[in-house]
Amino acid sequence: MQNAIELQGLKKRLGNFVLGPINLIVPRGCIVGYIGENGAGKSTTIKLLLNLMIPDQGEIKLLGKNIREFTPQIKKDIAYVFDDLYLPEDMTLKNAQNFHRKFYGQAWQDKTFSELITRFSLPDNKTIKHFSRGMKMQLGLALALSHGAKLLLLDEATSGLDPVIRDDVLDLLLEYIQNEDHTILVSSHILSDLEKVADYIAFIHKGQLLFMEAKDELVDQYGITSLSKEQLAEIDNDAIVGKRSHQFGVEVMLKRNLVPDDLELEKVSVEDIMVYMIKGERK
Amino acid sequence: MNIQIKNSSNDPIYLQIKNQIRDAILNGELEADELLPSIRLLAKELRVSVITTKRAYDELENDGFIHSVHGKGSFVAPQNLDLIKERFLKKIEANITEILRYAKLADISHDELIEMIKTLEDENAECN
Repeated sequence: MQNAIELQGLKKRLGNFVLGPINLIVPRGCIVGYIGENGAGKSTTIKLLLNLMIPDQGEIKLLGKNIREFTPQIKKDIAYVFDDLYLPEDMTLKNAQNFHRKFYGQAWQDKTFSELITRFSLPDNKTIKHFSRGMKMQLGLALALSHGAKLLLLDEATSGLDPVIRDDVLDLLLEYIQNEDHTILVSSHILSDLEKVADYIAFIHKGQLLFMEAKDELVDQYGITSLSKEQLAEIDNDAIVGKRSHQFGVEVMLKRNLVPDDLELEKVSVEDIMVYMIKGERK
Repeated sequence: MNIQIKNSSNDPIYLQIKNQIRDAILNGELEADELLPSIRLLAKELRVSVITTKRAYDELENDGFIHSVHGKGSFVAPQNLDLIKERFLKKIEANITEILRYAKLADISHDELIEMIKTLEDENAECN
């Protein structure tokens, strides 16, 4: 089966920051959460994927094609939503629609766009300047989903939005992924509700890809509990992923397979894993 | 068919889905040859990942409860009720053997065990 994204030995130096080398394969038909701290290299990766930045080394294939050989036709197959619209502020909905229709030509779907606009109740008499952050993101998503793209890249697109809008986005992503030719990569420092539907989690830290794993297996590996310092001393050191010590005890994230079965552990979220792994490194 | 995912449950989500579909098949709510929702639709409705629903279906298929036809979907497999009963009997046997082993170790009489079963049954009946 064709992969949606293939990165091989991808490397990019930006001043003191070095991204990579990153090797990553994203199979078609899945949702991947690309997570990491601010400044971990998420946006740099996305810019490299979109050919907005040229890598120092390595190869990028999207939908089976090397992006160096990208034709306009293939670019239509890729959609992206950033944290901002990057459209002229005095455009109205109609202007944005006309612009994208010319841009994408035959691939542009007016009907899909109108449906999404109606669904989001976006105003057609206002300029983008007067749009709220949520409305801008909804417009960005509507534009992205209206040219029949097979790969959708979201870079911090839903960060800082209210839970109701995030919920709408979640529905939209789930509808999009009903087609098994479609693939979504969500890059964010906070996945929260999107976490539930992610098939894989790729974790990037200080420019390095720490892992890419099926989310279910990932969260099942770990558990969190509160212990006294004496209890902690009895735990195998290799089992400790990260901990937060306080005056009255310690909260630890542990590897389930390395601790006794009778130790009661709470389920972890992807966010827990991110926090404890990064803090664990500092311990 | 109803499927309820409980975050408070200790069972992983794929297992919760698997068990509830299995139960629906065993109690006849889902009939033989009935088409099941696609893994993508189920994932969308339950808001879980596709991998999760796929795993549930894979295991149901391995256990003989459903069968998948490429390009068409997954269907409830005709169930041989005797065979299922046989399978459950084996499981019960294995568990009772274990119980008897513990009972012997802790010196618990058979009467006490039977009393325990009754108590637990009553408690469960109250919960339901």
